[in-house]
Amino acid sequence: MRRFFDAELETFRSHLILMGETAVRQVRDALRALVEGDSALARSVIVADDELDTLEVKIDNEAVRFMNLRAPIASDLRLVIVGMKAGHDLERVGDEASNIAKRAIKLSAEPPLKPYVDIPRMTEITMEMLRDALDCLLQGDEAKALAVCKRDVEVDNLNRQVYRELTSFMVENPETISRAIELMFISKSIERIADHATNIAEETIFLFRGKDVRHTDEVKKVGPAVA
Amino acid sequence: MVILRRGPTLVIPSARLPAPMETNPPKTVASPAAPNPPAAAVADPIIDIQNLDFYYGQNRALDGITLQIQEKKVAALIGPSGCGKSTLLRCLNRMNDLIDGTRIGRGTVRIHRVDIHQPDVDVIELRRRVGMVFQKSNPFPKSIYENITYGLRIAGIRNRSQLDEVVERSLRGAALWDEVKDRLHDSGIGLSGGQQQRLCIARAIAVEPEIILMDEPCSALDPLATAKVEELIHELKQKYTIVIVTHNMQQAARVSDHTAFFYLGRLIEYDETRTIFMNPSNPQTEAYVSGRFG
Repeated sequence: MRRFFDAELETFRSHLILMGETAVRQVRDALRALVEGDSALARSVIVADDELDTLEVKIDNEAVRFMNLRAPIASDLRLVIVGMKAGHDLERVGDEASNIAKRAIKLSAEPPLKPYVDIPRMTEITMEMLRDALDCLLQGDEAKALAVCKRDVEVDNLNRQVYRELTSFMVENPETISRAIELMFISKSIERIADHATNIAEETIFLFRGKDVRHTDEVKKVGPAVA
Repeated sequence: MVILRRGPTLVIPSARLPAPMETNPPKTVASPAAPNPPAAAVADPIIDIQNLDFYYGQNRALDGITLQIQEKKVAALIGPSGCGKSTLLRCLNRMNDLIDGTRIGRGTVRIHRVDIHQPDVDVIELRRRVGMVFQKSNPFPKSIYENITYGLRIAGIRNRSQLDEVVERSLRGAALWDEVKDRLHDSGIGLSGGQQQRLCIARAIAVEPEIILMDEPCSALDPLATAKVEELIHELKQKYTIVIVTHNMQQAARVSDHTAFFYLGRLIEYDETRTIFMNPSNPQTEAYVSGRFG
């Protein structure tokens, strides 16, 4: 039986979807701003971060109001809880994209240190992870969600590779230090975005199965320990 | 612009009045009561209660109630047993007149700015325009059809097609038509509890009220029937002002726009429902809604 407050849940869900789409767009645009040296695009990413901040507050307010006035149970309650958590993760994704854009503006003032290979590769994987996690938010695919968690190790490995490569640049030529440091931070931001994608994937399993898989063997990464 | 549906006036022309009866005692000096809490300010409220006292014999059951109810909104009255919420509800259509030894003390109840306790008020017309649904549904021992048409026949409406039209409109308005359209001449008391309650709502709306009072309308119903009545309240408030007394706080939170919390005959707090349940001003309100009262 449909209840009048089901429309409120649909609105809530639609705000979450909008937030996810905006976050993906921000990451994509931030990377493009870096690779193409496009400061104007970078500035638009920084400004657009307000959209994600506003959506996070809206989602939290809707969630709290719904819990207060509708006393949700079962999957309604899980949706509201997951919505708040995923909203927080997506807001952080937005902040990281904004940070990448700020550093892209700095880097655009000098010639690129090297052709960008690993960073775009990391970003591509991260965006696939984010999109898959957001798909799971809509339709609950436990296998797909777990696959997102397992993929995080690829991004971690690429991040380590970027660090190693940039470190050797800095050792060989101190003039590269300022650019290398910016790129290391950018790489770190992408690695953090991938972590947020895995958080969202875990949350979708809780949403659809009521199962909390955080820190369990099911989602543990198989790979070399972080140095 | 909101169009107010006005029926004939509540006030009887003095030529038709019966001999005046002693209704109110001489006004007494008001005892110092706690200052009224700030009510949610409402421009041109449909129901305007000002400083109302009400007595069962010597017992003051309502103490200085000031409350304004907005048109086409749902106001919930909540509070522990004996706090006066049902008494106040019954003041709004003078059902308390039917109980011996009751009287209002100081204060007024105005509906559409008319003081409903004035001697020239047509109480029957008042109760048509301010309908009531009770905790225990009370369909007449007649057919479903006759339950709806009873009030209309008394008002002199006999035309069959007109009655048919009102029956269908009322049953649709009470979300009962689809369930009973093929058995309108079956007995009303043969319906399930939830259906009986919706029949009582249909009966109330058949005479085109402006306000519907509901005294714990769902407390005798199972969760599914309760859900149907709540959905109905959500629909009805587009056309009618609703005042509902309920013990079920989740229900008050779900269906109402404004909530009034009563304790020991006093209005403790009255505000938008989302404020009462999220961030009430008064610690007693907070204790009650969070289940820590008593």
